[in-house]
Amino acid sequence: MLIEFSGVSHEYAGRPRPVLREVDVRLTEQRIGVIGANGSGKSSFARMLNGLVVPTSGTVTVDGLDTAGEGRAIRKRVGFCFTDPDSQIVMPTVAEDVAFSLRRRGLSKAEIAERVAAVLAAHGLAGHADHPAHLLSGGQKQLLALSSILVTEPDLLVMDEPTTLLDLRNTKRIAELVAGLPQQVVLVTHHLDLLADFDRVLVFDDTRLVFDGAPAASVGHYRELMA
Amino acid sequence: MNSPVGLYRPGRSLLHRQRAGVKLATLVVAGAGSILVRRPVETAVAIGVVLLGYAVAQVPPRVVWASFRPLLWVLVPLTVFQVLVAGWQRAAVIVGVIVALVLLANLVTLTTRTSDLIDVVVWLCRPLRRVGVEPERVGLMLNLAIRSVPMMVELADQVREAQLARGHGVSARAVAVPLVVGALRRADELGDALAARGFDD
Repeated sequence: MLIEFSGVSHEYAGRPRPVLREVDVRLTEQRIGVIGANGSGKSSFARMLNGLVVPTSGTVTVDGLDTAGEGRAIRKRVGFCFTDPDSQIVMPTVAEDVAFSLRRRGLSKAEIAERVAAVLAAHGLAGHADHPAHLLSGGQKQLLALSSILVTEPDLLVMDEPTTLLDLRNTKRIAELVAGLPQQVVLVTHHLDLLADFDRVLVFDDTRLVFDGAPAASVGHYRELMA
Repeated sequence: MNSPVGLYRPGRSLLHRQRAGVKLATLVVAGAGSILVRRPVETAVAIGVVLLGYAVAQVPPRVVWASFRPLLWVLVPLTVFQVLVAGWQRAAVIVGVIVALVLLANLVTLTTRTSDLIDVVVWLCRPLRRVGVEPERVGLMLNLAIRSVPMMVELADQVREAQLARGHGVSARAVAVPLVVGALRRADELGDALAARGFDD
């Protein structure tokens, strides 16, 4: 899908400084990375991709739809994975949380059960279907959060630091999962090595998009900025 | 961590297969009927029937005890009080009825998925649509409330640990402020997560 930012700036009400300034970018690649320091604006950038944040000036369009007016239609096609799975999991048990994503989509109970079972099996959570979600390990929780998103088969998956709270093994697991997805992915991360085979990496610094290029060049630029 | 909710134990017993509505209705009828109990023998029978239900549902005694234990904080003083004020027979009836009902309610939660129970509540709320109540939302609210309990317990633990790690004793205010701030932030994130998953109205 084509993602287009034109003249995007954003200020949160009540904060003295904007969090994002004059971002212009067109994204069509399958694997897009976003890196930058804390507070550089990358998280707000990610939230603009599904209209969770609507910019105070400029426009964001996803596949031709403006996030300002068509947020709901966009969110149906854009999945969003948060850093902390605990704030994303809304239902008490694992299977219920995945099934929650499929409500309001006009599916029968049997169809929902079938798709939930399939996605849980695909991500190694089949044995946990009826377990309370809060008793899963951190890695399993993030897999559950991802399963709950992927069960809706979004066209674009936006991930805001999905591995920041995870250990190396679970980080690897998420990275492998992401690598195997047919979807377009925008990954915001501090784990720079996850981006090695990405198509394009954006670097944010101090509310601006300061570099845009191949992974090696972008990571190099970011390292220099932080030196 | 052992939480007081989300206690559903997957199984295929006769009780697991009963419809959630039937189980809830039984609970309501038992609750209403409990005022008719007058003699200790009747309470003993009631408790016996409920325990039989646990056997049918194949709940290990360990689990029954674990869910019963916190009740002792209330039941022991209550028993003492009732024995002194109303005599042992009255005490046996009152305390026995409470025990039977709590065990029955617990049996319902142990054998029924939360979402099935909530579906019953949503179904019951349908007539309220006429006065502008959206039953689906009532259900969502209940789900979120249940989900929030373990989340809040965890948050409280974190706050307490943070206080101890900084060398403070546990003071009410020092716990309350970060707890409220943390809860509000969680609520904010949960709102974002709901919107991201298509529940944005």
